[in-house]
Amino acid sequence: MVKQESESANRPDNTAFTQQRLPAWQPILSAGIVIPGFVLIGLAFIGIGVALLVTSRSIQVLELDYTGDGNGSPCSSCSQSTTVNCKCSLNFTLDTLFQGPVFFYYGLSNYFQNYRRYGASKDDNQLYGDLSYFTSPSSSCSPYDYDGSKNPIVPCGSIANSMFNDTFTLTRTVSGKTDSVPLDGKGIAWWTDYNVKYRNPSVTPLKNAFNGTVKPIDWAKPAYELDTSDASNNGFVNQDFLVWMRRAALPNFRKLYRRIDASGDYQNGLPAGNYTIDITYNYPVRVFNGAKKVVFSNVSWMGGKNEFLGIAYLVIGSLCVVMSVVMLIVYAKFKFPDEE
Amino acid sequence: MTCCILTTCVGEENWVDSRTIYIGHKEPPPGTEAFIQQRFPDNRIVSSKYTFWNFIPKNMFEQFRRVANFYFLIIFLVQLIIDTPTSPVTSGLPLFFVITVTAIKQGYEDWLRHKADNAVNQCPVHVVHHGKVVRKQSRKLRVGDVVLVKEDEAFPCDLILLSSSRDDGTCFVTTASLDGESSHKTYYAVQETKAYNAEKEVDTIHATIECEQPQPDLYKFVGRINIYMTNEPVARPLGSENLLLRGATLKNTEYIYAVAIYTGMETKMALNYQSKSQKRSAVEKSMNAYLVVYLCILISKALINTALKYVWQSDPNKDEPFYNQKTEAERQRHLIRAFTDFLAFMVLFNYIIPVSMYVTVEMQKFLGSYFIMWDDEMFDEELGERAVVNTSDLNEELGQVEYVFTDKTGTLTENNMEFIECCVDGHVYVPHAICNGQVMPGAAGMDMIDSSPGPAAREHEELFFRALCLCHTVQVKEEDTVDGIKHGIHQGKSTSFYISSSPDEVALVEGMKRLGFTYLRLKDGRMEILNREDEVEKFDLLEVLTFDSVRRRMSVIVRASTGEVYLFCKGADSSIFPRVISGKVDQVRARVEQNAVEGLRTLCVAYRSLNPEQYEEVFQQLNRAKLALQDRDKQLAEAYDLIEKDLILLGATAVEDRLQEKAADTIESLHKAGIKVWVLTGDKMETAAATCYASKLFHRNTQILELTTKRTEEQSLHDVLFELSRTVLRQHGGMTRDTFSELSGDCTDYGLIIDGATLSAVMRPGQEGSNSGNYKEKFLEICRNCSAVLCCRMAPLQKAQIVKLIKASEEHPITLAIGDGANDVSMILEAHVGIGIMGKEGRQAVRNSDYAIPKFKHLKKMLLVHGHYYYIRISELVQYFFYKNVCFIFPQFLYQFFCGFSQQPLYDTAYLTLYNISFTSLPILLYSLMEQHINMDILKKDPCLYRDIAKNSLLRWPTFIYWTILGVYDAIVMFFGAYFLFDNTTFTSNGQMFGNWTFGTLVFTVLVFTVTFKLALDTHYWTWINHFIIWGSLIFFVVFSLLWGGIIWPFLNYQRMYYVFMQMLSSGPAWLSIILLITASLLPDVVKKVIWRTLWPTTTERIQTDDHTSCKYFASCQSRTCR
Repeated sequence: MVKQESESANRPDNTAFTQQRLPAWQPILSAGIVIPGFVLIGLAFIGIGVALLVTSRSIQVLELDYTGDGNGSPCSSCSQSTTVNCKCSLNFTLDTLFQGPVFFYYGLSNYFQNYRRYGASKDDNQLYGDLSYFTSPSSSCSPYDYDGSKNPIVPCGSIANSMFNDTFTLTRTVSGKTDSVPLDGKGIAWWTDYNVKYRNPSVTPLKNAFNGTVKPIDWAKPAYELDTSDASNNGFVNQDFLVWMRRAALPNFRKLYRRIDASGDYQNGLPAGNYTIDITYNYPVRVFNGAKKVVFSNVSWMGGKNEFLGIAYLVIGSLCVVMSVVMLIVYAKFKFPDEE
Repeated sequence: MTCCILTTCVGEENWVDSRTIYIGHKEPPPGTEAFIQQRFPDNRIVSSKYTFWNFIPKNMFEQFRRVANFYFLIIFLVQLIIDTPTSPVTSGLPLFFVITVTAIKQGYEDWLRHKADNAVNQCPVHVVHHGKVVRKQSRKLRVGDVVLVKEDEAFPCDLILLSSSRDDGTCFVTTASLDGESSHKTYYAVQETKAYNAEKEVDTIHATIECEQPQPDLYKFVGRINIYMTNEPVARPLGSENLLLRGATLKNTEYIYAVAIYTGMETKMALNYQSKSQKRSAVEKSMNAYLVVYLCILISKALINTALKYVWQSDPNKDEPFYNQKTEAERQRHLIRAFTDFLAFMVLFNYIIPVSMYVTVEMQKFLGSYFIMWDDEMFDEELGERAVVNTSDLNEELGQVEYVFTDKTGTLTENNMEFIECCVDGHVYVPHAICNGQVMPGAAGMDMIDSSPGPAAREHEELFFRALCLCHTVQVKEEDTVDGIKHGIHQGKSTSFYISSSPDEVALVEGMKRLGFTYLRLKDGRMEILNREDEVEKFDLLEVLTFDSVRRRMSVIVRASTGEVYLFCKGADSSIFPRVISGKVDQVRARVEQNAVEGLRTLCVAYRSLNPEQYEEVFQQLNRAKLALQDRDKQLAEAYDLIEKDLILLGATAVEDRLQEKAADTIESLHKAGIKVWVLTGDKMETAAATCYASKLFHRNTQILELTTKRTEEQSLHDVLFELSRTVLRQHGGMTRDTFSELSGDCTDYGLIIDGATLSAVMRPGQEGSNSGNYKEKFLEICRNCSAVLCCRMAPLQKAQIVKLIKASEEHPITLAIGDGANDVSMILEAHVGIGIMGKEGRQAVRNSDYAIPKFKHLKKMLLVHGHYYYIRISELVQYFFYKNVCFIFPQFLYQFFCGFSQQPLYDTAYLTLYNISFTSLPILLYSLMEQHINMDILKKDPCLYRDIAKNSLLRWPTFIYWTILGVYDAIVMFFGAYFLFDNTTFTSNGQMFGNWTFGTLVFTVLVFTVTFKLALDTHYWTWINHFIIWGSLIFFVVFSLLWGGIIWPFLNYQRMYYVFMQMLSSGPAWLSIILLITASLLPDVVKKVIWRTLWPTTTERIQTDDHTSCKYFASCQSRTCR
């Protein structure tokens, strides 16, 4: 009896798991499943691709370079001088209505906001409005943490320091009458950036919070004077500042500058007419062979104009179909003789 | 003064290696020798590796000795020191995770060992102290203490038996826990001390023991005891028959007194637990090779980027544009900057070396090995044993076996002996009971086949029966308390058993009983037998010349009651016939050969009668040899050689050893699986060949090539070898030509038989310079073309030699050795995989093996199912690990070209850290535990499938390159897909732009889904656990990302991921592009799979397809030919 018990004690558990016999679905990637699957996926992709391409084609984009490289270009004089707030203007004509909502971007190229050291050069705590970091900025901001006389810089770091400082105004000339196009600067930055991630110190007036600090070296005015007209757009929560602070992924990038305020004449976008962009030219890009441009674009449900996605869908979709045909041929030719 | 004389005459050469033990710590009488108290360790057993204090440093040290861990430590340190692109956490945390998991596993194992050690070290022992028995903790026992051990107690250390409760000074011991032999062995006390069997008396023993320093060999011991009696010191030899080993248990003896000689870690048991040399599997070798390749890729990536960075920086506007000025300190460091840049790139790309691969592989092996232990089909009802895994490192090697070397007795056969017949001077006797499964009629004690012999023959006949009754080491066990499976014989009312370490002997003694001569017992040095007339005959047992596998015989010297002294010798025919001077040699030889052809085990019996002078001489020779301290075995062997000569042949016996259940089926399956099976046995050629035919190793149409002494006597070895190789090669060449015309492949296959003597001639190193190497190669060439090889008459070491020879041959095949006895241990240790059978010849094979199975038939499932699965699983695991890390890191490499080689990481720190340890770790671990690409039953039914994975086929370079290219392709699709998508556009309908972290997150999301889906595509066996883990880990990734970006994390000095993931998901094109990129990444792999499956299907794939579509009937699957 004792022996019997010891035997059964040593006997392995006879469960489906221990015997590796759990019930299982055993799919096989056989031609029979894959070929119809590919056809279906291919057709679906082609469908999506066509839809995307059509949508993308319907999006209007107007892109104007104002770097001032060539002598004939309107901003060439500004690009060569080092004058502060150099003025120049660009003219363009719309023959038809530029369907709204219209977004007004500025674009930089060959500009590396994705340099590692550049990207690290900011102090999130400072930008969260933590006053203790005003007087002692994070060392990651170096060399933009203290100025020559050891005063702390607020906001510190190279991202903030290099904030884009060209400004634009858009005017429309209708039958000799110049009409300024209303631009809306609200909501151009991420909601979370504006409301959560960046905060002004809760000191009124805001100017007092910056006592003992200096403005970034390349800035014309301190942070608390970025938009003196609107307290909710001033300091660290200034929308232009927030847009700049979100680093672009690639060296050629656009950043949202304004939206065309959909009111009055501009209810449906930019009506046909002659337009002028008055530029306050400050930002130097020619030293590093960069370029600057302004872009008007409207969007669809899928965002801005992007032919790539539609084409890629079409390519992959047709590849799927082609592959399924190839597989079918291979299958038919080589499979059936084998069955004999 | 005898002592001194003896001291000078034996083994003085090597005093350094001996120790002196003072029994009861008493000084020897002055004048005899100097009293030097030597220092010995206490009796504490330490099997644990660590203590509480040294665990962390020691364990860390051991873990960082592994190259991979050390590499990550270096990366971590570099990250701490230089200004690196990624936070030290990214490599520190995975490393910490890996180290912790391993440390916890090892710590737990060590804790178990500590517990076991404590239990052993603290158990009480009884020590005689000043004439009183005192209880002590086991660990406090010292060398020289006299110990009292009671029945059924285990010995606390290695002891020399002084006296026992039995008058004859013997005791019975079972060494089941040491070597698994449950038979009772008899140990002897020295004649002079055996009378001191009370605590007071024992205390008066005044003696010293000199013996060798501890050695791991369990069965060897030499020593000498010097007893200072009244005045004359007496010296007596001590051998392994006096030595009680720690771990053994006292049986059937009320108590014993013994003196401790080896304690603690010096006991033979402890010395035997020292770790064996580590075996490494072929998969691990490929893994290391891949690792080196990836290390090269890593370094070249870093070098390329460093160089390009310098090209880039040659333009000062790019190096230091106005918006990204450097600090003064950075401008200064020009020289070391190149180096730190290189290191920074190394750090950035270091994730290409999969940090968690080793820990995953380790866990896979450790957990996976449970499936072997749990396997109910490998459980043996009869033995009550299941498969045992001693090393889980070799699981996948079971799927790679090309050569199986198997022992015959006990492995192919049951080792369950049955006496069939005996033959005395050519007259054959068959016991009436059971013969070939049929009850033979006949009331008499025996059936005479030949005519009744004359009186002289009758005398011979009786002598033969007596010889068999006396010449053995069988013990009689009277009660029914023996554990294990033993032969019970009913003798009147009381039940008694014959117990022996050799089943042949039991069979013989039982056979004799059926023929009328019953061995009763050994009492007071007298063997009692009951003869046919029911009279008790008594013989004084004078000497036992024990069996060893070199001599292949054993003898006893007995004195009959009439005073005549006989030497009875029994052994293998080859070791008896040369020593025989008279007897009917030819008749006996003919019968032996006939029996051998039938597959029976034969033994020859001979005797020699000794007159008193001769006996005296023999006694002297033996005693001299026995007293030798050094080389006692050699001297004994020489003495035996002198004594066992001039024999008179009596007859021969035949014992049948039945084939194990399903042995033939197993061998056939192994053959079909493309595995070459070699039988290595110590048995005779004829017997072994018969077994081979029975077990279908040789078929009827197998052409047998013989390479035996018989043939090499006729021709020179050289000629034979060349002739055989010509035969084999002709056929081989013909076969390749015929493959087109004759698809049936019905060519003859070859079987080779070689014997030990010829083998050693073949292997003999360079007597003719280059020629000997030639022999070896010729031999290998012949073997390569033979489907089966039988090596008979092999010594244990020769078995290992053969394995080594095959292992070292050109193709470096994976070898497996399987055996059950101590003589197989050498080959089990030598082969890539060693398998022990839990047989009757003790547990040594099991202890030294990597895996142990109850029966030979379980080998089939072990290799064809478990081995196959483990190989498939681990090869996918290894390839997948490299693949997923290429996918992971290559986009980061590409990103450098778009960020001015500034080492900007593409992914967030959390993603870098958790990719390998949580997002993608569990699905592959689970896959590598659960995957079954084909049903278990099909694998067993169709052994051909094993060929599909032979030669490490899933881990060859082309496969590896395919996976790597696939990884690079996927990385390019992901990166450039995201790149073009981000190119100057917005993806949201509110016109806002995304930043670089969204870019990285998009790539990362595609990455995690792609690699997980890739694994899902490769999974053929979806249990609910697979579904749970695969979908669960994707859901975990999404939930983690939502959470990680969902709150402002305190104590974190950057909040760059805040809402990035949610913003991404809120945009339609992001969803569309995720779907697109995943599809595009997986597309080529699927197409490749389908086309390959159709164009060049492996057998596995055919069966998968068949199984899936129609073929639920196995008949057609089975008839598939192996090509």
